[in-house]
Amino acid sequence: MTIPERARCAKTREKSNVDGLDDIVEEFLVESHENLDQLDSDLVALEQEPDSRERLSSIFRTIHTIKGTSGFLAFSRLEEVTHVGENMLSRLRDGALALTPRRTSVLLRMVDTVRSLLTSIEATGGEGSVDVSTVVAEISAAMEDAPEPVEVVPEVAAPAPVEEPAPAPEPTAELPEPAVEPPAPVAEVPAAPAVPAPRPVPAAEAAPEPEAAHEEAAPSAENGAGQARRAVADSTIRVDVDLLDELMLLVGELVLTRNQIVQYVGRSNDTDLVRASQRLNLIASELQEGVMKTRMQPIDHIWSKLPRVVRDLGLQLQKNIRLEMEGRDTELDKTLLEAVKDPLTHLVRNSVDHGIEDADARVRVGKPAEGVLTLRARHESGQVVVEVADDGAGIDPVRLGARAVERGLVTPEALNRMGPQDILQLIFLPGFSTAAQVTNVSGRGVGMDVVKTNIESIGGTIEVESVPGKGTCTRLRIPLTLAIVPALTVECAGDRYAIPQISLQELVSLDAEKAANAVEEVGGAPVYRLRGELLPLVRLTDVLGLTSDRHDGHVVIAVLRSEGRRFGLVVDRVINTEEIVVKAVGGQLKAIGLYSGATVLGDGTVALILDVQALARRALRTESSERQESRAAALQAAATDAERQRMLLAAIGGGRRVAIPLDTVTRLEQVRTESVEKVGNREVVQYRGAILPIVRLDRHLGAYGDSEREVLEVIVYSDHGRSVAIVVEEILDIVDGEAAVRSDIDDMGLLGSAVLGDKVTELLDVRAAILAADPAFYAAHPTTSTHPAAFASADSLSTAPHGASPLEVSL
Amino acid sequence: MTTAEAPAIGGQLATFWLDGDLYGVEVAHVQEVLKSQGLTRVPLAPTAVAGLINLRGQVVTAIELRERLGRPPRPEGTDAVVIVVRLHGEAVSLLVDAIADVVDVDPADFEAPPDTLDGAGRDLIRGAFKLDGQLLLALDVHKAVSA
Repeated sequence: MTIPERARCAKTREKSNVDGLDDIVEEFLVESHENLDQLDSDLVALEQEPDSRERLSSIFRTIHTIKGTSGFLAFSRLEEVTHVGENMLSRLRDGALALTPRRTSVLLRMVDTVRSLLTSIEATGGEGSVDVSTVVAEISAAMEDAPEPVEVVPEVAAPAPVEEPAPAPEPTAELPEPAVEPPAPVAEVPAAPAVPAPRPVPAAEAAPEPEAAHEEAAPSAENGAGQARRAVADSTIRVDVDLLDELMLLVGELVLTRNQIVQYVGRSNDTDLVRASQRLNLIASELQEGVMKTRMQPIDHIWSKLPRVVRDLGLQLQKNIRLEMEGRDTELDKTLLEAVKDPLTHLVRNSVDHGIEDADARVRVGKPAEGVLTLRARHESGQVVVEVADDGAGIDPVRLGARAVERGLVTPEALNRMGPQDILQLIFLPGFSTAAQVTNVSGRGVGMDVVKTNIESIGGTIEVESVPGKGTCTRLRIPLTLAIVPALTVECAGDRYAIPQISLQELVSLDAEKAANAVEEVGGAPVYRLRGELLPLVRLTDVLGLTSDRHDGHVVIAVLRSEGRRFGLVVDRVINTEEIVVKAVGGQLKAIGLYSGATVLGDGTVALILDVQALARRALRTESSERQESRAAALQAAATDAERQRMLLAAIGGGRRVAIPLDTVTRLEQVRTESVEKVGNREVVQYRGAILPIVRLDRHLGAYGDSEREVLEVIVYSDHGRSVAIVVEEILDIVDGEAAVRSDIDDMGLLGSAVLGDKVTELLDVRAAILAADPAFYAAHPTTSTHPAAFASADSLSTAPHGASPLEVSL
Repeated sequence: MTTAEAPAIGGQLATFWLDGDLYGVEVAHVQEVLKSQGLTRVPLAPTAVAGLINLRGQVVTAIELRERLGRPPRPEGTDAVVIVVRLHGEAVSLLVDAIADVVDVDPADFEAPPDTLDGAGRDLIRGAFKLDGQLLLALDVHKAVSA
């Protein structure tokens, strides 16, 4: 909601009934009531020590705050009173006026008037019939030191303006409004009567109106409203956060005890006990929920500071930016709220600074001059999702990638293997900043990595999406609370471990027979084909340096996701899912970097909580920050918009198959083994009047094929007049690589693996293979050496002498 | 090690047996003493970390003091006794062989460890109190738990 919208809402409220009180108004009331109580005692104390600058400043601040907010919420009379009061206070504070008993009295009367106004607002949503002109005049007079108006008797005067209802102005003030109101929500329709009946809003408003008027006629507005609900200030209390933390801790203990009892009772036949434990179960859950709620606050608490940030930054950078917020009442734990405050502010600043272009640039590309920054928050499957989206220039993956290479954050080889979506995530690497110039707004090279660290430290995740020219969206996923988390308990080598559900995607259980076929290997690394995609497997026993006690060949895989990567954690058994209370572990265990904490299970034993992020970082190679989904998508996109990648499939012995991009293949040949000669320790063969270095793929990739054959199958690769021969065991097929799905497995000489023709196939790193045969192969023409990966060498094909020759050999 | 530390200790020590020796820690640090507890081992942790115990819902790290002092493992079939100490507000537990008395010690009886002491003991033993017929070794509990 933008500010004008907010103000409009407040106006609507003025005549809507009490239940419609806006959160903002409610908060304002609570705060003001507290402040007013303080004000009373401050003012009285001030009389005793009229020189206390400190006390005067404090009073001034309170009135100033009320004035500011009332102006903001369009309570004009309240604003008027506090305005004159503030004037007087500021002069008192500056020493321009001295505090006399008369001035103190009018100030106290002002406080009373303010209180009446607040009461009226609370009861009816509007300022009602409270008259302010008297007190305004009095204050002005007291300021000028004009003679005291005779009719005012200080002691009695205080409540007087409140009780003197001028019922007349009320209806007149109210009446015109319905006529004015409708246009606001109905946008363009100028004449209100055009849409009189169907809208529920006027209907709802119509009902309370007479009632409200009626109540105001009664001496105390508060009483009338009180029947419906408690006064706002009385219905909330401030509670020490420490107390809430303690409650949360106790509830955690209760949940644990509940788990123990439920587990124990589960074995019992005593129906009464079972019933009691079910009730306990229910109540504990509700209590837990309730206590968790006490710590919940709407995200608006941190968002409310952002309009200002955006406005100031926008002015400074001369950008015209509108901030939109969706889901501002989405609630999350106070601690977490505090933790996301800075990262969120940083993201917003980033969007304003780097994301949204200046007006001229926007108009040039046909966008509206005004940029839009949208904050969205929502609950999604037990998490809070917060998005910061802009409609700016977006991030160009090519430029970003180039920058990352330039800074040495990633090698060109690794970059080449990344999809555009992966490249975007490089922005989270330490020491990265895309700003061409370092500004005082952002671009100091600290930032996104810190944001990421902060978000991850509270168990959240962050990802960025961008469409060049269209905008960027950064998405945070934050757990609702930290103290109690749903978790999966698993067994590994006889011990139990807890895995937070947040990173768990699914469970796969394979019996011995299935497991034997379904778990395949790529270059020695186990993978499982999960609905066609290769899922790298990590054995928990390997990570922990233990020995599995499961010998029946069953394989249980917990499919986990961390930082956009998916992997399968192989455990011995799955035990249960339960709510666990996270307990901190001592420093020496934190340092291991595999456990995020510990918990006490239902039977009283301690179980370690696995830190899935750390596990992933440890088990998967850091360089391959691939994200399978986007990767598959990117691959598919590449396949559709470019010519399809055709692959030559070859067997290399030991049952392994490799795929070689066809466009790197010049010719397929058969060479007699006896014609292979040795030059030093390299094998060569004479071929078309040249010496052709040989690389045997089986040896190169560590497979052990049958090398005692008479005829060698050879794939010839030529570039710039140099050729090498790649020896394989058998040429199998040529397939479209379109459906290729690659996995993270990264081994010497391989780019990864894919499912081709229903079998796991390794993708050959052609450059590495060629270099193994002829280390000087690329040295002669450095231009092509910038295309290290096989996929990138398509353009070298045009310069190759025998571009179309693979078809010379029939398969 | 010099004798500079000697005056710093005295008062009451909670004593316990470990591999035939009598050790003492300041009573002020000791929260409670428990019988042997079910331990949850922590893979990849330092060897002196015996595991985690459940202390009335609180998870506490247990340090095997024999390992920490470079002594042989406790013989099969004998249970350890758990001494829970509280340091800087955090509870940590030490596994020892058997608990003994609380002893009043006189700083005058204190002597720094002999120069021949080396290995893990050198860092963890601040010195010895010469009791009648028995040496009481003063354990530096802060160092002992920082495994």
